[in-house]
Amino acid sequence: MSEPLLRIEDLWVRYQTERATNYAVNGVSLSLDKGENLGLVGETGAGKTTVALSILRLLPQKTGIVDRGSIWFDGQELLSLSQSDMRAIRGNKISMIFQDPMTSLNPVLTVGEQIAEVIMLHSSKTQKHEVQQRVDEILQMVGIPAARKQEYPHQFSGGMKQRVVIAIAIACNPMLLIADEPTTALDVTIQAQVLEMMDALKRTLQTSMLLITHDLGIVAQMCDKVAIMYSGEIVEYGRVEDVFEATERHPYTQGLFGSIPSLTGNVRRLNPIGGQMTDPANLPAGCKFHPRCPKCMERCKTEEPAVVDRTGHRIKCHLYT
Amino acid sequence: MPLSVNEQKKTGQMREVWHRLVRNKTAMVGLIVISLLILMSVFAPLIVSYDSVRETNAEEKYQPPSAEHPFGTDDMGRDYFARIVYGGRASLSIGFICVAVAMSIGLILGASAAYFSGAADSIIMRIMDVLSCIPSILLALVIVAALGPGLVNLIIAITISTVPTFTRVIRASVLPIVGQDFIEAARACGTRHPRIVLRHILPNAMGPIIVQATMALSQIIIAAAGLSFIGMGIQPPAPEWGAMLSNARTYIMTSPYLIIFPGIFIVLAALSLNLLGDGLRDALDPRLRD
Repeated sequence: MSEPLLRIEDLWVRYQTERATNYAVNGVSLSLDKGENLGLVGETGAGKTTVALSILRLLPQKTGIVDRGSIWFDGQELLSLSQSDMRAIRGNKISMIFQDPMTSLNPVLTVGEQIAEVIMLHSSKTQKHEVQQRVDEILQMVGIPAARKQEYPHQFSGGMKQRVVIAIAIACNPMLLIADEPTTALDVTIQAQVLEMMDALKRTLQTSMLLITHDLGIVAQMCDKVAIMYSGEIVEYGRVEDVFEATERHPYTQGLFGSIPSLTGNVRRLNPIGGQMTDPANLPAGCKFHPRCPKCMERCKTEEPAVVDRTGHRIKCHLYT
Repeated sequence: MPLSVNEQKKTGQMREVWHRLVRNKTAMVGLIVISLLILMSVFAPLIVSYDSVRETNAEEKYQPPSAEHPFGTDDMGRDYFARIVYGGRASLSIGFICVAVAMSIGLILGASAAYFSGAADSIIMRIMDVLSCIPSILLALVIVAALGPGLVNLIIAITISTVPTFTRVIRASVLPIVGQDFIEAARACGTRHPRIVLRHILPNAMGPIIVQATMALSQIIIAAAGLSFIGMGIQPPAPEWGAMLSNARTYIMTSPYLIIFPGIFIVLAALSLNLLGDGLRDALDPRLRD
């Protein structure tokens, strides 16, 4: 098999502040092939965004520290690249869609100027009209009339703004698109529109995507693979069909599915996962999920579970060893 | 063809800013007044000859305004109107040059302090703290005393004593913008630091900076006046509004017009720039557009 586009190996990231050390990512490994979609799912604080920021090397300079691990992208090890080499990759080969389109556009620049900026930074197009042509093209791709490029972000609605953010992200035909909860700030109908558009764009551009979300519905609709994160670890990983239909699942994944309202079954109450997310500054011994796990056994409290691989469907739980 | 369309759009934007400025009546008054003052200073030789600034005439001392001398004559019998016209050259150029230089230095220092934070921030701001410990007029005085009196040294001295305020104001208005998501987004696009500061941060921070610049201009004219008064600035017989104002206070009871005219011109310059600055800030802010 050929080398995957993105391969993260045993990544450990901590946030070091004066008061505490927060272990945000604890040994994450994952890989993503060309043209594939990977969904990264987990609750708030599971370390999803930290993984994304580590790929772009945009962790807060003083507090975010990568302890171990390597990130291979397109044959290069990102963590050892120089800042200027890294800048050439950001926005060009890897680009990121941020969570909140309301704040991720600069209010004093027109939408067209902001798209043109990325193009000028990374492409050989130096002629003004070439750049403008490309801006028009991209705006049309995300379904915005090219004439609106002279308008300012505040003149756009939330959904339109997210389209602009996506336009900026795809302006240089990136190989990898990292979408950090791209639809959380939008209402449901617009969510569907934006996701549909992203899916179509991804197909035409042949881009791989790392989709960070806590919506399993979106994962089912958009992704090929899914990784479930808990407390900075990937507890379950596999093809979407495998994870969604498997009988053997990590208890946490089980809990996530139990928290989704069902249209068909007659469920009176949802089954949320009890308890709170573990404190990343004070992680429990053994399996990190054991304080909340309904199937917790004695060995879970002391012994860290190994990863069980069932033909690509990997579960990190003592139940299956 | 696409290029010309693009050019049209750019000029269209400037025209839009201009239209909004024109609609703002107070800003237009400011623009007209300051333009007239600048024109008066630039074309001073066409209005009166420089000789009447210097020629003393003991027989025509303390003459009140008349047809021959519109603003009267001063304590040495010199035509006061001519002195006001030529005084504008010194006052306005000191004001504009000092503001421009101090603002540029302040922009670099303040923006880098806020953007890079940490050690850079501490070093820059502590130096500014030290500078602002000393009263600005005293600081300027010490610098002029060290460098020797004269127009250029006056400008250097006043600029140095104005930089700390600019740096503080700029740092304070840049700080909240550094933390915004669109700055993070710009970094995720691979934008370089200088470009982020110049293109993404500063345009968002311009509001308070423009206001500070217009206020500093009037303060600088007054400060220059003070230094000229104690002989550390413009050397007599060259006229300067502030020096004229200071000089005239001796005669405030006998010839009040001597203090009124330079006072009016200083106020006009400061006020018109304030109005213009306010209007510009509103006109340039795309968020206030309809």
